[in-house]
Amino acid sequence: MGTGNISHHISQQFNEDLEAIRHKVLAMGGLVEEQIENATAALVSGDVEQAEGVISRDYQVNAYEVAIDEESIQILARRQPAAGDLRLIVAVIKTITDLERMGDQAEKVARMAIHLADMERPKNQYSELEHLSDQVRKMLRGALDAFARMDAEAAAGVAQEDLKVDAEYDAIMRQMITFMMEDPRNVRRTLDTMWSARALERIGDHARNICEYVIYLVKGKDVRHISLEELSKEASD
Amino acid sequence: MTDIKQTPDASVSDNIPTHAIDIELLARGRNTRQVADETPCLKVQGLNLFYGKKQALYDVDMVIPKQRVTAYIGPSGCGKSTLLRCINRMNDLVDGVHIDGKILLDEQNIYDKSVNVADLRRRVGMVFQKPNPFPKSIYENVAYGLRLQGIKDRRTMDEVVENALKSAALWDEVKDRLHDSAFGLSGGQQQRLVIARAIAIEPEVLLLDEPASALDPISTLKIEELIYELKNKYTIVIVTHNMQQAARVSDYTAFMYMGKLIEYGDTNTLFTNPDQKQTEDYITGRYG
Repeated sequence: MGTGNISHHISQQFNEDLEAIRHKVLAMGGLVEEQIENATAALVSGDVEQAEGVISRDYQVNAYEVAIDEESIQILARRQPAAGDLRLIVAVIKTITDLERMGDQAEKVARMAIHLADMERPKNQYSELEHLSDQVRKMLRGALDAFARMDAEAAAGVAQEDLKVDAEYDAIMRQMITFMMEDPRNVRRTLDTMWSARALERIGDHARNICEYVIYLVKGKDVRHISLEELSKEASD
Repeated sequence: MTDIKQTPDASVSDNIPTHAIDIELLARGRNTRQVADETPCLKVQGLNLFYGKKQALYDVDMVIPKQRVTAYIGPSGCGKSTLLRCINRMNDLVDGVHIDGKILLDEQNIYDKSVNVADLRRRVGMVFQKPNPFPKSIYENVAYGLRLQGIKDRRTMDEVVENALKSAALWDEVKDRLHDSAFGLSGGQQQRLVIARAIAIEPEVLLLDEPASALDPISTLKIEELIYELKNKYTIVIVTHNMQQAARVSDYTAFMYMGKLIEYGDTNTLFTNPDQKQTEDYITGRYG
């Protein structure tokens, strides 16, 4: 229902309000994506300045969340949206909560980057974290694209990617445990690496949540807490 | 809650009775109402209506459940009032009307030749957009239907009038001036008086045609509250232009467009995830 049909409201003002809120969500998503990218780059290159930049910019993500929430509440109060419009507002309110948490995880990675900058660097230059970060950013990008295009099937496809992210996170864990066993002097650095991997893995989970909201928005079906197979089926029905 | 002893470390949540929320039911979720699970009151079957040559209703089929509120929504001229009027045969009074199909009230076709229309209208009461009290006292307005039925006993009459006014949430406002003219009441009070008059004769079905559209927001809320109370006893069918009102008061909603029943189902579903694009376009205020 109502896919890509935000406009054509009899009330032009309502069209504009909905369009504005959608743009803000996408802009917020773009900012979060950038934060994740910069935090990872800072960690990989040991760039403290870049990491501090990420930390100091987190307030912008928070500001988006507050502003979009407020606009959503105003639309609920003034327009009493129904059907697809109502689901859009609900999906927006939920999506920005996940985006904000992703922002926090990016900040966490940046803090780890500052810790790790002082320490000896591993031979692989944290390439496993870099790869995991690429994966979850791809998921976030895909989730935002699906949201922008109101594409439930694309959202289901992105949600599937979470399996790969989880598998990769497991592999990093095992690798880190091996490092710690090899040499206890590695423990501090390894723990920080693990926390960073954990933060990135959580970002993947949040991206999956956003995909679920997109399916809700487009199909009107609540696909939380069901298997990925069921989710794909619901999204393509 | 009062006799629960608060131990120092007992939190508020410890005192919530666990049976209050059936988690299993909640977890199975998605339990929307279904018309099919309800006890039917009215069955509209293959209803076609013509005003002269112009067809106003096309093959309407629907079951209206007992003791529930069913709302008709749709743009002006979609046939929702026409359909409502069919339920107590108000359209019989219009020249050149021709009706095909059936409406069953408790399994009896109300268009059957054997049906006494006056008797039908006693069983199916109606309230209109503009309050239409009779130019009589408040008391006599409510007592009118009873007098028609030949009830003369003063005590019975007093009792029925009081109960009807109480059911219509008007008693407290008028009990000291029952013999004043009904025209002295405000619009909202007049509308509740008309509802009291309709329920005094204990109908089975109450038809409300835009009952609140001429009222201010507070009176509107009072009428809506009243509808909510009345559905425990009556089957209510309401036509409204105000979609939020339909969403607030009804259990089931039917969307009509150009004389056709486009979609009919659980109000929660219809307003959050309608099946038909036309329904979606209408309730979200889009061009068709």
